[in-house]
Amino acid sequence: MSFLSKTNQPRSWGRYPKVTPAEVQSVFWRSELPNIADFEQPVLPYAYGRSYGDSCLNEGGVSLDVSHLRRFISFDEDEGLLCCEAGVSLAEILELIVPRGWFIPVSPGTRFVYVGGAIANDVHGKNHHKAGTFGCHVTRFELLRSNGERLICSPHENTNLFQATIGGLGLTGVILWAEFRLKPIVNPFIDMERIQFSSLDEFLQISAETDQQYEYTMSWVDILIGGQNLCRGIFMCGNNDQSRSLASKKTGRKLPLTVPFDLPSFVLNSLTVKSFNELFYHSQLSKRVHKVVPYEPFFYPLDSIHEWNRLYGKRGFLQYQFVVPFQDGFGAMREIIGRIRRSGEGSFLTVLKTFGTIRSPGMLSFPRPGITLALDFAYGGQKTLQLLDELDKVVRQSGGAVYPAKDARMSAENFQAFFPRWQEFAQYVDPHFSSSFWRRVSHAQKLVMV
Amino acid sequence: MRILIVGATSAIAHETAKRFAKDGAEFFLVARSPEKLEDTGNDLKVRGAKRIETFLLDVTDLDRHQEMIETAISTLDGLDMVLISHGTLGDQQKCQVSVSETLKEFTTNCTSVISLLTILAGYFEQQKRGCITVVSSVAGDRGRQSNYVYGAAKGALSVFLQGLRNRLSKSGVAVVTVKPGLIDTPMTASVKKGLLAASAQGVGEGIYRAMKNRKEVVYLPWFWRPIMLIVRSIPEPVFKRLSL
Repeated sequence: MSFLSKTNQPRSWGRYPKVTPAEVQSVFWRSELPNIADFEQPVLPYAYGRSYGDSCLNEGGVSLDVSHLRRFISFDEDEGLLCCEAGVSLAEILELIVPRGWFIPVSPGTRFVYVGGAIANDVHGKNHHKAGTFGCHVTRFELLRSNGERLICSPHENTNLFQATIGGLGLTGVILWAEFRLKPIVNPFIDMERIQFSSLDEFLQISAETDQQYEYTMSWVDILIGGQNLCRGIFMCGNNDQSRSLASKKTGRKLPLTVPFDLPSFVLNSLTVKSFNELFYHSQLSKRVHKVVPYEPFFYPLDSIHEWNRLYGKRGFLQYQFVVPFQDGFGAMREIIGRIRRSGEGSFLTVLKTFGTIRSPGMLSFPRPGITLALDFAYGGQKTLQLLDELDKVVRQSGGAVYPAKDARMSAENFQAFFPRWQEFAQYVDPHFSSSFWRRVSHAQKLVMV
Repeated sequence: MRILIVGATSAIAHETAKRFAKDGAEFFLVARSPEKLEDTGNDLKVRGAKRIETFLLDVTDLDRHQEMIETAISTLDGLDMVLISHGTLGDQQKCQVSVSETLKEFTTNCTSVISLLTILAGYFEQQKRGCITVVSSVAGDRGRQSNYVYGAAKGALSVFLQGLRNRLSKSGVAVVTVKPGLIDTPMTASVKKGLLAASAQGVGEGIYRAMKNRKEVVYLPWFWRPIMLIVRSIPEPVFKRLSL
């Protein structure tokens, strides 16, 4: 445990853009809430800054730090129903529930996000095809509005606000606490398989074969290699292990590694990225490897390196995650991968997955059936932004979408095309709330012809 | 483990209690605000506390100390540990021009604790086991112009604890003086934090270990011990000219 506290000066995980709010205001107790209408600037809740782009930033506004609202409220261990304040992190929840035979229903790739953020971004995980998004498991939450109202929202109560807040990017009010369903587990282990594949076709084939059988699937891919095959990679799929008891000894706690300072920008270049990918692909000698591992390295491989975002140096990076529908998804993927290759920008960590058909209640929820790819690009100024604009165009033509939680630059026009319900959503945005992201994507044309 | 915590809703008391809750402790929580007390109690319960009892008390109401302690002892059927962690970071500027402000600071940060300790010491001395832990402060190690009222209250407290430790050691009762530096908590929300501000979690972990290991004086984080050694060793003719 680190002794020194981190000053909570809002930053996003990609560290681009670097903007500052006019004011940071902390909330410590549910019984001592600020009167939001009193703030002269628009407000945005913030906790751990794990959103990549500017959806958690509020330049010139008020950043409402809710990371101190981190108390549990109740835990029904028979029903698997957990209720906690919005600032509790998934890491803290896992520490509590795993030894008692429960797991979070949907987990993103890091456990250092807070519950409010998991709802506001309607996060997804490796089990999207089986369980949908985080929002699908939320039974209710309390929302503080700027008029002082505290509303309980659920699928049956204040339904519209419930749907607007799930995936609502923190714009509909402050989530004070939430209750959600957990998933029972027998032990903290994952029974997993790693399968090498050498083309996008093969990925889709393995995906189709394993989706029924496995709860969790995702792939790491290298898109810079493979020519017409578009990519090669390792498909990882797993289920919660059933074969041993809950009390099974966990492997000893490893000391977390940390990146203590910003690496110089040249460290991550196309050569090091290529070597890393080469090593990773060949880290297994046979095509299929089967093993049983603790849940942490399976779900959160990067959490073991604290502040890995510093690998990109001071310039920061942009993450780009999009989804394209299965139908003509292949063509769009070919086009996108081609453009990235031609641009010469390497992506250090590239993740490929398919989304299933389970619909989230969220109006602005990102996942929809199709193929999703998440890429990291070191921020290299105009040329990076230009490349991503080009990719947006392809995604839009195919009827897909780009993920707001990871975005720092998409245009208003594209956002409005990706999220056709945005105007319906906009009615529920609290008049005293805004974000850097929202100001960018909600202005300009009000009507978009797609 | 039966633990009485006074000032139970303070960030560092809560962080300490979370760790004892995980061990399945029983708590008697004392604080001023019913809402905060309920929030804190519920959290500890979910985290594994076997039992939560609460008591509303403004610590400056010295007349109720005896009643509170008797209730704690009878409700939990005895006490194994006590943690006293209430406090206010008063406004030094206001205190300088107001006797009543100064005395108020003293009542909250020093006199009320001495009152509690005087009653508790008798109980623990008779029981011949247990551990009394009090949150003092590095500010009590040397008076500085920026916060000598708070510092003097904590300093008096530290000296009182030294004496109490000396007295109770014969009875097998541990007295732990915790001296935190600046911590990032609601109490210090308005104070500008430098590089050395500690997290409440880290300090809570430190107090938990100090209580379990029956330490004497702990500085949290540890680096305040050498820092305060230096601060204390600066000769007064030099020290008085510094703007600390």
